[in-house]
Amino acid sequence: MKFSINGRFIQEEPAPGQCLRTFLREQGCQGVKKGCDTGDCGACTVWIDGTPFHSCLMPAFRAAGREITTIEGLQQNGELHPMQQAFLDAQAFQCGFCAAGMIMTAATFDEKAREDLPHMLKGNLCRCTGYGSIHDALHGIKAAEDDVAGHACGASLKSPFAEAIVTGKARYTLDAVPQKPLHLKVLRSPHAHARIRTIHRGEAIAVPGVVAIFTWEDVPRRLYSTATHEDHLVDPDDTYMLDNVVRFVGQRVAAVVADSEGAAEAAARLIDVDYEILPAVFDPVEAMKPDAPILHQTGLESRGNIYVDIHGEIGNVAAGFEEADVIHEKTYSTSRVQHAHLETHGSIAWKGEDGRVHVRTSSQAPFIAKQKLCHLFGLLDRDVHVFTERIGGGFGGKQEMISEDLCVLAALKTERPVMWEFTREEQFIGATTRHPMTTRVKLGARRDGTLTAIEVHVVSNTGAYGGHGSETLAAALSSPLAAYRCPNKKADGYAVYTNMVPAGGFRGYGASQTTFAIECAIDDLAKKLGVGPFEIRRKNMIRSDDWIESVWKDATDVTFGSYGLDQCLDLVEASLASGRGLAKPDGDDWVEGSGIALAMLESGPPTEHRSGAVMALLPDGTYHLAVGSTEMGNGSATAHRQIAAEILATRADRIALINGDTDLTPYDTGTFASTGTVVAGQAVALTATALRDNIFSYAARYFGCNAADLSLHDDAIICANQTVPLRELVARGAATGHRFEAKRKAYLSPRSVGFNVQGIRAAVHRVTGQIAILQSVHAADIGKLINPMQCRGQIDGAIGMGLGWALYEKMVYNDKGAMVNASLRDYRIPTFADLPRSEIYFADTYDSVGPLGAKAQGECAINAVAPAVANAVANATGVRFPDLPLTPDRIFEKLGRCHGRTSKLSP
Amino acid sequence: MNLNTITAIKRPTSADEIGEWRDGYAWIAGGTWLFSTPQVRTDTLIDLQSLGWPALQASDDGLEIAATCTLAELTRFNAPQEWKAAPLFKMCCESLLASFKVWNAATVGGNICMSLPAGSLISLTASLEGVYTLWPRGAEPRKVPAVAFVTGNNKNVLRPGELLRSIHLPAKALSKRFAFRRASLTHLGRSAIIVIGTVGAGDLVLTVTAATERPFQIHFERLPDEYTLRKALNAVIPDAAYFNDVHGSASYKRHLTYYFAEQVRAELLQGAQQ
Repeated sequence: MKFSINGRFIQEEPAPGQCLRTFLREQGCQGVKKGCDTGDCGACTVWIDGTPFHSCLMPAFRAAGREITTIEGLQQNGELHPMQQAFLDAQAFQCGFCAAGMIMTAATFDEKAREDLPHMLKGNLCRCTGYGSIHDALHGIKAAEDDVAGHACGASLKSPFAEAIVTGKARYTLDAVPQKPLHLKVLRSPHAHARIRTIHRGEAIAVPGVVAIFTWEDVPRRLYSTATHEDHLVDPDDTYMLDNVVRFVGQRVAAVVADSEGAAEAAARLIDVDYEILPAVFDPVEAMKPDAPILHQTGLESRGNIYVDIHGEIGNVAAGFEEADVIHEKTYSTSRVQHAHLETHGSIAWKGEDGRVHVRTSSQAPFIAKQKLCHLFGLLDRDVHVFTERIGGGFGGKQEMISEDLCVLAALKTERPVMWEFTREEQFIGATTRHPMTTRVKLGARRDGTLTAIEVHVVSNTGAYGGHGSETLAAALSSPLAAYRCPNKKADGYAVYTNMVPAGGFRGYGASQTTFAIECAIDDLAKKLGVGPFEIRRKNMIRSDDWIESVWKDATDVTFGSYGLDQCLDLVEASLASGRGLAKPDGDDWVEGSGIALAMLESGPPTEHRSGAVMALLPDGTYHLAVGSTEMGNGSATAHRQIAAEILATRADRIALINGDTDLTPYDTGTFASTGTVVAGQAVALTATALRDNIFSYAARYFGCNAADLSLHDDAIICANQTVPLRELVARGAATGHRFEAKRKAYLSPRSVGFNVQGIRAAVHRVTGQIAILQSVHAADIGKLINPMQCRGQIDGAIGMGLGWALYEKMVYNDKGAMVNASLRDYRIPTFADLPRSEIYFADTYDSVGPLGAKAQGECAINAVAPAVANAVANATGVRFPDLPLTPDRIFEKLGRCHGRTSKLSP
Repeated sequence: MNLNTITAIKRPTSADEIGEWRDGYAWIAGGTWLFSTPQVRTDTLIDLQSLGWPALQASDDGLEIAATCTLAELTRFNAPQEWKAAPLFKMCCESLLASFKVWNAATVGGNICMSLPAGSLISLTASLEGVYTLWPRGAEPRKVPAVAFVTGNNKNVLRPGELLRSIHLPAKALSKRFAFRRASLTHLGRSAIIVIGTVGAGDLVLTVTAATERPFQIHFERLPDEYTLRKALNAVIPDAAYFNDVHGSASYKRHLTYYFAEQVRAELLQGAQQ
C-alpha cells in the first residue's frame, strides 16, 4: 500500500488489524500519542486529506492512497502553524501529552467552530490544565513573557520544552525505543482473591514469536512495596513481583515477552491458570471484623486486615464536648478515583554494552525505582541506570514502581531490550488510585461559634497492598485538623486491607479526603449555629501566631515561613460578593447557593526528602544545570531554570537543563509531595548561589577587586565600569585550572505551610439534579510566585481535577470486585465543556523558608475544591450530600425524597 | 487500537462476494467501535465501504440513508425546508459522547447495529418512524421498523452475517414538528435519556431511548393531557426496562422519562396552539 505522510511517500504493508496510530508511529511520527487507544482522548488526532480523525480508531488500510498530516507535518517552510504559535504563546499545556492532538484538532477550526468549543473539543482530554490556557490559546491570548536577564524570578516564562511540545518532537517515555525490542504483556487476575494452584504455559509458549513467560516461580521471592519514598520503611513490604496468591481483580499473574504485542497478547490469553478461589472482602469496615478473610500472612495476622492505625489527642475532647452548646456529628465519604494522566505507565529496559541495566521509564521517582530494582534483583547500585525524559503527567500515580521491575526481569533473562506500555484499561485495574476514606466528624462549639472540640474517625481503604496507606492516613489526620485552632482535638484512623485495587499517592494525599469531611462539617455546624461560612472559619482558623498542631503534642518542624490564609478568605469573599460569574439559569426549579472551603498543607512531606543539583559555567559562557527531580508537566524544570537565572542574573534560556537521570544528575528522592520547588528548587538555589560565589571568587582575582564589587548580567560579569563576557572569564580560568562548577544538596526542614480557599457559586436543578457551576474562585497563599502563569495554570488544573472528583468521577465495581467502567468512555474525567473559567488570586506573601520566597503548590489547591462544591450544593438545596461524587442521579435520589418532586412528576 | 487477532481484510465490491458466513467474520463500516476494544473472537474484517453505497438519497418519499453514511455526512445534509424534523439529525449526533472527529468515520449503520441504549441514531431513526432494510445471508432482503430493531442492551434482530443495508425515513415523518429533551450526567456526555416527540396532523409519536434498554414508542391519536401521558408511559414501559449503568441509575432515568415526556408534550401543545 502507498501512503503519503506529511508529504513523504512511502510503500508499506500495515498489519491487517493495525490502526493508523501505531502505523504512523512506526513511520517515525512519534508526535501521534496514545492516551486511551479508544477514541476518547484525542491525543492521536491526525488529518487524512485535511479532515481530523482519531487515528487509534482508523484502520491503517483505510488511509492508503490518502494524504496524512501529523503534528510533525504542520509546520510550513520552518514556520510554526498559527495554532502551534497560539499554544506556544498561551503555554496551553503542562505535561504536553495532549498538546499535539489538541493542536491538530483546533487547527481545523473556523470562526463558527471556535464559538462552540465545548462541542468541538469534547473529543480532546487534558488532565493538567483545566482547559483555561487552552481556552486562551484559542482566543489568541498571549500569556508567556519575554526572557529578560535579571528578571527571571516572577516572570511568566515559557517551559524549556515548549517548542518541542507544540511540534511533537518532545520525547516521552516510549518515544525512543531501542531496535527490535521484545514486547511485554501481562495476564491479570480475574479473581479478587485466589491462590494459584498451577499455571500451564505449554500452549502459550508455542505461539510464534513468544520468547518467554514468567510466573511467580520465576521471580526473586523478595518482598517489597511498589510505593516510592525516601524512607522505605514507611511502606509495608507486602508485595511479590509475581505472587502465587492474587488479592485483587487485575493483579499481575504472569508476564509474556514476545516479538510483537499481538503474540504476547495471544499467549497471555492461552496461559492456563488453575485458581483456588478464596473468600474476598471489599469494604474496609467488613474487613476489620474478626471473621473477615485475612489478606496477608506476614506475621501480623492478629491485627486482622488493619494495616496501620494512628491515634492522637490533644487536650480532652470529652471535656470539650461537655463545654459545647452545639454538637454536630456526621459521616462523610469520598470515592475511589484514578489519576488518569494521559501518558500511561510504561518502561523500556535493556542491558547495555557496558554490562549495566538501563531503564527508561515514566516515573516520578527514578532514584527510588533504581534502589528497588537493586533490591529485587540483587544488583549493585553501579550496575543500574534509571532515567526519565519527558513524562506525560503523574499526579502521584507514578510515585510507584509498577512497570520497571518486569521489564528488567525479562531483559535480564532474555538479554533483549524489553518494553511495556500499559493500556488505558490497565491504568484503571492494575495501577493505583486515591484512597477512598470514610470520615466521621464530630464538632463541638459554643453559641458564638468558637470550637470546643474536634474529633474525627477515619477508615481508609488501602486495597490489596499497603503502599502509601500509612502516609496518606497520617496526612489525613494532620493538616486538615491543624487548620483549626481548638484546644481539644482527637483523631483515630485505620488503613485497612481489602481485595480492591491498591490505593496509592494522589495529589492531596489523604489530606484531600479529610479536608472534604471537615470542611463540609464546619459548614453544617455553622448552619446549626446560624453563623456564616466565612465567619465560622475566621473565628476558628489557625493564625500566624498559633502553635501548629493537629492531634499530637510532639514538636514538629512545621513553621510559618509566611501566612496568608486571612488574605485568601478576603479575596474569595470579595469575589463571591462581586456579582461576577454566570447568572442562575431561568426557571423556578433552579436553586442557587454558594460555598467555600479552606485547606492548609505543609510545604513538603513529613518523611525525609532530599535533592541535589550540579551546575557549571560552560566555555561558551552559558550554564548547565543538572537536577535529579523529574519533570512531568508540573513545571518544576521551568521554575528551576528561573531560580538559577535569577541568582545568576541571566536569562533562563542561557541555562541548559537535564533532570531525572541516575547517571547524569545528583540524587533526588522524587517529584512528589509538592517538593519540586521547595526541595529540588532549594537545591538549585543553593547550587546557583555557590556557582555565583565561585565565579566571583575567581573574578575578584582576575579583576583584582573585592567580590562585593562584582555583579553578573546576562552573559557577562561586571566590575565597576569594566564588562567582560563570561566566555572570556571561563577561558582565562580554564587556562589556570579553575573549575566553574558547584554542587549542593537540599533537605527539607523546617517546612512552611501554604493555604488555599475555594469559593463556588452553583445552581442545582431540583428535578434533574443537574449542577451548574456559576462562579469558581480560588485564592492561594503560596508565597512568591516564581512563574505566575505556571502557578495559575497548576491551580486551574487542580480545580479541574477537584471538580472531576466532586461532580463526575467514580470507579465502579461489581459484586465480584471487578471494575465496570475501566475506560475513559465510562470513567468520565472533565472535558472542556465541564469546567468553568476560574478566577485565581494570590495572597501577597514572601516565604522565609522556601527558595526565593516560594512555597509548595502542586497539591494543595485541589483540597478545597470538592468541599466548596458540596457546600454550595448544600446551601442551594438545603440538603447535605455527604458522599462524593455529586452526580445528577444521586442528587435526584435524595432531593426527590426531600422535596417530594418525584411524587408530583412521576406516576 | 491494534486488533492483533485480525489476519485478513476482505474488500468486496458486492455483498454477494461474501459467501458462507463463519465465526470470526465481522463487517466493518466506520470501525470506530471495532477499533476501540479488543476483538479476540474476530479474525477477518469485511469492509463495507468498498461496496460504494451512496450515503444519502432524498426523494419525495423521504430519505434513504445508507448504513455506511457517516455521521458527518448526515449532519451536513441539506434538507428540504418542509422537512421540519431535519434539525434532529445534528441534535442526535451531538447526543453521542463521540466527538465530531469520530463522526468523520463513524456510520449511521454502525451506531444502530451496536444497539446500545445511548445509540442516538436509533433515537433519531425510531422517532422519525424509520424502516430498516436488512440483507440476510442467502435470503431475500427484509424490512424491519426502526423501533423494533433493537431488542435489548447491545442486542438486535440481526442474524449472523446479516447486514443493515439502509434506513428509510418517510417524508411524512420528516415533515413533522418535533420536541427534543436529553440529559447526561456530564455536560455533553453519554446520554442518560433522550425523549423525542413528533406531531403530524394532530397525532403525537413519543419515543423514549437511552433511558431504556431498547426504544419505546407510544402513538397518541391526538396530543394527550398530562394524566393520559403518564398513564401511557406506565402501561408501556415496565420498570425493569429502565437501564441502570454508570451513565445514570435506572430510577433516575425513569424519573426523567416522565419529566421530559411531559415537557415534550407541553412544548408540542403550545406549538399547536400558536
